[in-house]
Amino acid sequence: MSEAAAHHDDHGHHYNGGISRWLTTTNHKDIGTMYLVFSLVMFFIGGAMAMIIRLELFKPGLQFVDPQLFNSMTTLHALVMIFGAVMPAWTGFANWMIPMMIGAPDMALPRLNNWSFWILPFAFTLLLSTLFMPGGGPAGGWTMLPPLVLQTGMAFPFLIFAVHFLGASSIAGAINVVATVFNLRAPGMTLMKLPLFVWTWIITAFLLIASMPVLAGAVTMLLTDKYFGTSFFSAAGGGDPVLFQHIFWFFGHPEVYILILPAFGIVSAIIPTFARKPLFGYSSMVYAAGAIAFLSFIVWAHHMFTVGMPLAGELFFMYATVLIAVPTGVKVFNWVATMWQSSMTFETPMLFAIAFVVLFTIGGFSGLMLGVTPVDFQYHDTYFVVAHFHYVLVTGAVFALMAGTYFWLPKWTGHMYDETLGKWHFWISTISVNVLFFPQHFLGLAGMPRRIPDYAVQFADWNMVSSIGGFVFGLSQFMFVIVIVKCVRGGAKATDRVWEGARGLEWTLSSPPPYHSFATPPEPATIDGGYR
Amino acid sequence: MKSTLHFANRRLISRLLLLVLVMFGFGYALVPLYRVFCDVTGLNGKTGRISAATAAEIKVDQARVVKVEFLTSVNAGFPWTFKPLITHVDVHPGAETLVMFEATNASNAAVAGQAVPSLAPSAAARFFSKTECFCFTQQTLAAGETKQMPVRFVVNPKLPPKIMTLTLSYTFFRATARASANAVASVDLKI
Repeated sequence: MSEAAAHHDDHGHHYNGGISRWLTTTNHKDIGTMYLVFSLVMFFIGGAMAMIIRLELFKPGLQFVDPQLFNSMTTLHALVMIFGAVMPAWTGFANWMIPMMIGAPDMALPRLNNWSFWILPFAFTLLLSTLFMPGGGPAGGWTMLPPLVLQTGMAFPFLIFAVHFLGASSIAGAINVVATVFNLRAPGMTLMKLPLFVWTWIITAFLLIASMPVLAGAVTMLLTDKYFGTSFFSAAGGGDPVLFQHIFWFFGHPEVYILILPAFGIVSAIIPTFARKPLFGYSSMVYAAGAIAFLSFIVWAHHMFTVGMPLAGELFFMYATVLIAVPTGVKVFNWVATMWQSSMTFETPMLFAIAFVVLFTIGGFSGLMLGVTPVDFQYHDTYFVVAHFHYVLVTGAVFALMAGTYFWLPKWTGHMYDETLGKWHFWISTISVNVLFFPQHFLGLAGMPRRIPDYAVQFADWNMVSSIGGFVFGLSQFMFVIVIVKCVRGGAKATDRVWEGARGLEWTLSSPPPYHSFATPPEPATIDGGYR
Repeated sequence: MKSTLHFANRRLISRLLLLVLVMFGFGYALVPLYRVFCDVTGLNGKTGRISAATAAEIKVDQARVVKVEFLTSVNAGFPWTFKPLITHVDVHPGAETLVMFEATNASNAAVAGQAVPSLAPSAAARFFSKTECFCFTQQTLAAGETKQMPVRFVVNPKLPPKIMTLTLSYTFFRATARASANAVASVDLKI
């Protein structure tokens, strides 16, 4: 294969030099790299905001920031991490890996691909510039609930248009993934042979296409309510603020699966590799992901149990929510069964993947607790919710991103990363992230509300522990950057296969892969030999 | 080969873009759907309006007594004081009852307000109708003016027996020219 690849490589380098290469590139690997670098930068910007939050909460009283800035930090931390760090990172992985996994030469719509990336820096310039405006950034929470969000000053239209741009970017990315997988699969790559990362991304893409336009509609209604005299959410004009919550969470719940489904795909690639065993229950994994995606559209009101719903509504949304535990449980059991009686080794990607399975499951369990209506009335809007969604998003989505980065970094760069430093990064991150978020369960159960810059003194001890964990976790991420930079600049030469147990088309290419790969489709035999 | 792929891509993209448009429209469609859903279930506590003639035809259930409580509030920054003249009243279902509310404009300029009603529990909203209410139209008070305003209502005798207390609340919002046009439209429909 590398012969053929090298051959194509010879006449393949048509890119311009310097910055214009990155501005005008339509190459899936270049765009994937830009997405991943952008996401890493956003991870540190959002992380810096989290550090300000944890610094202020280190002890009771107002120490460092005023409440307005504190509130805009919680708001922007969420928007930056969701739309700037996690979602672009998944699109970056999709760009890099999907064409190589399905034996395609590139993404189906390369020029759209360039556009969907370059919208992002503009959108975040709009959003983050609000911090320097009179009145400050948006501070009404990332859920943008009216009437509070309508009190936002100059930042308001910037917030709305940033959300529009981010939605457009992710919809374009999703359309590209669907077109690539539907139309560019190599001959012999049938749907039920697709690697699970491709499957989960296809499902994610449909969730994006179906839910992002609803968010666009909701924020457009906010915009017209504020500036054009409509009354969608204004009670004085015959509207209803609760309606916004329904529309927002109709988008918002599929959104949380948009953030986590590709993580399921990555973990399903890594665990079989280091367990040296095929994935247990491939087809049940596919159906489970589909079932989760379907259910995600009919559970939205579990985010709003306390708005005053009729009993029948509370019961329906409770049962539908708890039902999601079934397909999710199938996935967890399959990962455990894959590891069962296998020949495991514990390289850094595997460590992150195993930590994902354990810690994501903890986040899933606290989600079940929140899904049970009667107890949600106690937990609603407390730190228990904060602990829950950080377990599923940080030790879930972000850990899977790190696992995937360590897993494919040798393939991308052609060099092995520093395994010792990687393990240090893993252990410090995993210990500190639990010190950071586990005490927040206790704070929430004891009644500490979210989104407050100051708190009653009985919450002081666990907040201090949580903040110390936060600082260590934040600092330890610089090790991640050091590992990546070292790996890009040099290191032991990586083999094509990289990992002993690696299966799949991407490992048949050279490390690093040629600029244009699979200009001729791969041999069907190499497709069938995969571990999926 | 190249053109087949081009055609396949175009067809797929146009279908996906259609889905995007449909879902954008669906977000907007949720607005009327929500209103219909609330009308059917009484979910947001919006109460009904009937004519005085209809109200007179309803048979009074002398055997049953329902307590109706009144709550008032004004939206943030709205310069009125607003209160019911009595805090609660015991009524027989089917009997038309008149209660008075009093508002004072504490500012030194004329202010127009729109009252928005809400009834709890929401399951009772469908069984609570008004023949007259200051919330049917905007109210304007001159600087320092105090005004008494009536509400005439009937509780439907079909009210589920387990509901023994109703709470009717009104919130006054600042009425703007455009907001009131919308409010009046919805008043005709609902209040």
